[in-house]
Amino acid sequence: MNDIASRVLKGDPQSVARLITLAENNSPEAIGAMKDIHLHTGDAHVIGITGVMGSGKSTLICELTREYRKQGLEVGIIAIDPTSPFSGGALLGDRIRMMEFATDNGVFIRSMGTRGMLGGLTTAVYDVVEILDAAGMDIVMVETVGVGQAEVDVIKIADTTIVVLVPGLGDSIQMIKAGVMEIADIYVVNKADRSGVEQTLAEVESLVDIACTNRDRKTPVLTTISKESKGVVELIDEIDKHKKYLKKSKMFEVQRRKRYEAELVEIIRKRLMNFIFDESKFKGKIESLIDQISNKELDPYTAADEILGKILR
Amino acid sequence: MKRKIRVLIAKPGLDGHDRGAKIVARALRDAGMEVVYTGLHQTAEMIVKTAVQEDVDVIGLSLLSGAHMTLFMDVTRLLKGKDMEDVLVVGGGVIPEEDIPALKKAGIAGVFGPGTRIEDIVEFIRKNVKR
Repeated sequence: MNDIASRVLKGDPQSVARLITLAENNSPEAIGAMKDIHLHTGDAHVIGITGVMGSGKSTLICELTREYRKQGLEVGIIAIDPTSPFSGGALLGDRIRMMEFATDNGVFIRSMGTRGMLGGLTTAVYDVVEILDAAGMDIVMVETVGVGQAEVDVIKIADTTIVVLVPGLGDSIQMIKAGVMEIADIYVVNKADRSGVEQTLAEVESLVDIACTNRDRKTPVLTTISKESKGVVELIDEIDKHKKYLKKSKMFEVQRRKRYEAELVEIIRKRLMNFIFDESKFKGKIESLIDQISNKELDPYTAADEILGKILR
Repeated sequence: MKRKIRVLIAKPGLDGHDRGAKIVARALRDAGMEVVYTGLHQTAEMIVKTAVQEDVDVIGLSLLSGAHMTLFMDVTRLLKGKDMEDVLVVGGGVIPEEDIPALKKAGIAGVFGPGTRIEDIVEFIRKNVKR
């Protein structure tokens, strides 16, 4: 077995961190290790947490983590923040709310930039979930970037998806019915000490009543006040119930299969893109094609044929 | 794909003056780096453990309380214990001139006081990053 893979399986934090970096940088070294660890994955329950920016996702994750630690469970957290489209840099600040676990050996937190992905996740997120799972984490939480309406990729990776809302969204809830408002396994109205909470709660509940097509399970709507730790135990309880529901209804296998499908597509996409855009033989070619398109000597479709024709022989 | 430089910006100790740290964090972001910011009141243990998990190439410490000799050196000592001497450590804040040689000896590769040009910090990191 690959050296770094065997250390990851033992839960060595430095090796876990390094393998995440290698995977994130599409390093060839990561591929061998990822192949080795796959057999040892699948046990962690993956919780996706999404919601608009400032809805309190990070603080809620902190609260959930504290409860899971009381139960003796080990927790991995992937906290995603946006990468700048201009500089390629990122300010990763989710950790600020989670610093109480900074010296807890049972919690591993990794901050990641989106690096060009648009669905609320980051391209290496499938790898990182597998790595944390293989390292023995019982729970892996994936915090998406602050989302708008259509960043729904989190459902591809999460066993349980939590959509975090805050009071005062009011009418906008109506507008975001499709997209983010469809994906929740559990809705949480956070910051429930704020005014307008009854209205938001009523609107989400009516949405659930209308939209719910599943007769076996109605999507629960909870309220929390993260900063006062209120509603967190109840949320954990609902997550457990959802996990049991998945197992009982065989939806678990269906969802996991979808995750592996998304992961496979992502790996192929990444390797193809790297092949086309990083290989030196195409680099100059693409530049010259863009010039030709700009000068109206060529249309974009013909230009694409020129590149793809070389690959899809 | 080009490897991104990952930086941890941390505030050890008890002072609450984080404007400098935030400005540097933002500037490094604009220079294309991934910057993890931890917030205030960090112990050396917290900083090094965060650096392990985040697998950063650079740690930037900002301190204005006067405890830099102890806290900066705690960080480099703990890094040494984890075989992480290849992490570039730089410091900033109100650091008296006469303390700088001892800090450099202890592994703080660059010390940037008030009035430092942001471009100089970016350039220093790009030139000296060891990983």
